[in-house]
Amino acid sequence: MERRLERIDRGIKVRSEDVFALSSWREMLYLLSPRVVPVLGFLLLPLVLDNYWQKVLLSVAVFALLALSWDILAQAGMVSLGQALFFGLGAYCSGILNHALGCPPLLALPVATVLGGLMGAVVLLPVVRLRGVYFSMVTLIIPLMFVRVIEATKIFGGTEGLSGIAPLPSKWIELYLIVAVLLAALFGFRRMMNSDYGLVLKAIKDNDRSVTNAGINIFWYKAQALFIAASIGALAGAFMTHVYMFVGMPVFALDYSILPIAAAVVGGPGSLAGAVLGASILVPLSEILRGIGGLRIVFYGCFLVVFIVVLPEGIFHYIQRKYHQFERWVEVE
Amino acid sequence: MFLGTVVYAIFNSAILALMALGFNLTFGISGVANFAYGAMYILSAYLSWMFLHFLNFPYWLSVCVSIVFTMVLGALMYRYVLLRVRGQPLSEVIATFGIGLAILELFQYLGFVGYEYSLPVMIDKSIIFGDIVVDMQRILITAVAIFLMAGLWAFTHHTRIGLAFRGIAQDERTALTFGIDSDRIGMISVSLGCGLAALAAAVIIPLGSISPGDGYDVLMKALAVCIVGGLGSTGGVIVASVFIGFAERLTDTYISSSWTMIVSLAAILIVLMVKPSGLFGRQKELEERI
Amino acid sequence: MGTATFLRVNSLFKNFGGIQAITDLSFELAQGELLGLIGPNGSGKTTAVNLITGFVKPSRGEIVYRGRSITGLAPHKIVRLGIARTFQMVRPFYQLPAYKNVIIPLYSPRVRQLAGGSYGDLDAVALDYLEEVGFERDSHVAYKSASVLPQGYLKRLELAKAIALKPDLIILDELFSGLSLAEVASIIPIIEKLRKEGKTIIMIEHRLKELFRIADRVVVLNYGRKIADGPAQQAMQTKEVQKAYLGAEC
Repeated sequence: MERRLERIDRGIKVRSEDVFALSSWREMLYLLSPRVVPVLGFLLLPLVLDNYWQKVLLSVAVFALLALSWDILAQAGMVSLGQALFFGLGAYCSGILNHALGCPPLLALPVATVLGGLMGAVVLLPVVRLRGVYFSMVTLIIPLMFVRVIEATKIFGGTEGLSGIAPLPSKWIELYLIVAVLLAALFGFRRMMNSDYGLVLKAIKDNDRSVTNAGINIFWYKAQALFIAASIGALAGAFMTHVYMFVGMPVFALDYSILPIAAAVVGGPGSLAGAVLGASILVPLSEILRGIGGLRIVFYGCFLVVFIVVLPEGIFHYIQRKYHQFERWVEVE
Repeated sequence: MFLGTVVYAIFNSAILALMALGFNLTFGISGVANFAYGAMYILSAYLSWMFLHFLNFPYWLSVCVSIVFTMVLGALMYRYVLLRVRGQPLSEVIATFGIGLAILELFQYLGFVGYEYSLPVMIDKSIIFGDIVVDMQRILITAVAIFLMAGLWAFTHHTRIGLAFRGIAQDERTALTFGIDSDRIGMISVSLGCGLAALAAAVIIPLGSISPGDGYDVLMKALAVCIVGGLGSTGGVIVASVFIGFAERLTDTYISSSWTMIVSLAAILIVLMVKPSGLFGRQKELEERI
Repeated sequence: MGTATFLRVNSLFKNFGGIQAITDLSFELAQGELLGLIGPNGSGKTTAVNLITGFVKPSRGEIVYRGRSITGLAPHKIVRLGIARTFQMVRPFYQLPAYKNVIIPLYSPRVRQLAGGSYGDLDAVALDYLEEVGFERDSHVAYKSASVLPQGYLKRLELAKAIALKPDLIILDELFSGLSLAEVASIIPIIEKLRKEGKTIIMIEHRLKELFRIADRVVVLNYGRKIADGPAQQAMQTKEVQKAYLGAEC
């Protein structure tokens, strides 16, 4: 007797569709918990964690933002191998604003976000017109070259970087600011990607000729996606400058490019929540594995390959599927 | 002094061209961007070293075996990883990048760093032209580069297999209808690209020592040459490597050695602004895809 | 240079590398006409359309639409001027349901402009367009993913995407190919309705019998050159056309 695997929506999923969700507490809980639990988690964890793990949470939020930025670009069809570019641009912008112009952090942050976003978008604009591979290649090269340039010309502090950057007013503001930004970005951009605007972006990735045929200027839309992603990355970088009170060449390091990709791929590409999930798994994991030093990156590399080949949908989609549907074997007639 | 700079600029260009050839070939034939390229380069060098020091193979054997080994590895990588994600350029990029990363960082972690990890020079002689000292290894590199480029050109223009490669590069679907097995060609192209990386490593590494960090550098240089010259075009590789090679060398001599990277970066940025598909690039935005 | 000329193609040339795809192509189109663009395989029909719609830049020559030159304009700009086309190889956005496919063109600035600045409920508008091209409302086929639709529906979807742009000139590239006689018969009324609305249409077709029933005129291409231009029956009588299609004169 031949069998096949059948997937059916759970009863509670069907019952909680549309207005019927309001019919009982159970249904509302079903809908709300996937959203509320992580939000509560992020908001309450800072209160129960000790100093060390609070820093880890901070890291999680920053890498989650970078992964979010990567995912938005990927959904529009651009694979960035150089998130460090945006991170570094934002970091230096904020650092210089504060160091050279005495700008207070709370002002430098938004300015650096926009400025870094613009610069990142402008640098990559020429390659947006070409095949996707060029984009990946250029994003890989440019941050690495920036490092060499800074090293050589010794601008912006050269190899020593700029130190003595002003920190944010208090540790709590630091933590809650980044968490708030992360949550706002997550839910905000998720909304955006699910709207018709996001539909156009995803369609561009799917079949850009068809989108052009619909009278839409695909390069303008790609440029917009680029600016959004670059700004998010820049924000993350600017933020870290004030946390470390220092900015230097390491902001363009490969680490900031690779971990976000691993986080998004492992967590679930194509859903911003997956990027956050991936970061929440990989960053603490990498802390725990700190003892093994460079081997971590080997693991990231392996994770990347294994996930992209075997489980391309990522953990988030897997969990989502299990949550909404159940499976059973049925006989084939 | 000037002549010396020119001579060394030629050597520099040869090195760049050798580094870029494999990557360019793989992409030109099958459209696969092999981001594990730099890792393959370094890997083959370490393999040679291990054959030499652990198994006491003669030098020439170590090099040959490691080239073959790298080619096999490339083919395996295609068969077991790339084949699964074929046709999704995003996934191909991520997968090869991940593999390259894992390989390079593994060597870094295992401590294969230091001056003892180096390969001996193949011909330990120097020639003196007037007041310029030129070592035979560099001449060897240049000879290999020229030979390879001429050979590749002849191969892709005058042999059946070579023409098949070009056919696939231009129009995969049509090539398929002619009975050309695109998966097999894909595997061969990745394998060949890795083999060329290994060959390049074999002649270039003796100039210095092996270090995993160089893997990223090689990838970067190959990418730079390909971006400036245009992916898929051997002519582009030649022109771009001469251009960048000379620019770097002249900057090094007349300005300062730390500015060479800036020159490469500037070259890339200028090309991107003026002709994004590269000097000889055949990417015609939408046109090529109708 | 009269106002009657809706579209004029002037001495178009296009070569790809060594291949001369289009040689000295000229023809005119009056508003409201239905022109058939026919010819043997490889005669350059799709290339001609690509040139008109901006996906390919001509080597020489000019294209004038409603009195203004559109030669060399970017494709999305040409669409915004009111020219819509379908593609011979139909490729929808597979991961999306059928009606979401139609939302993409509805999102374009042209539609927004025509609608007076606001988008409204795009989902409903999309469903309406699908119904117009034959997606039966009660069967909910409009909600199905594009990856499961049969060719007949995919062609209609492609047509809906073009109509949604509210174009004045529609170019249909082999709309009938791959469809059964019944399906073609059911699509023809949709085209006739478009004509009644005053739209100008160019149709590339191989199904000559069906095409000649509705076309006012045909332009026949062979090896990139125009070899006939006139009413269908008259064009088909020309020796050159017969030779091109059949290899010999009848």
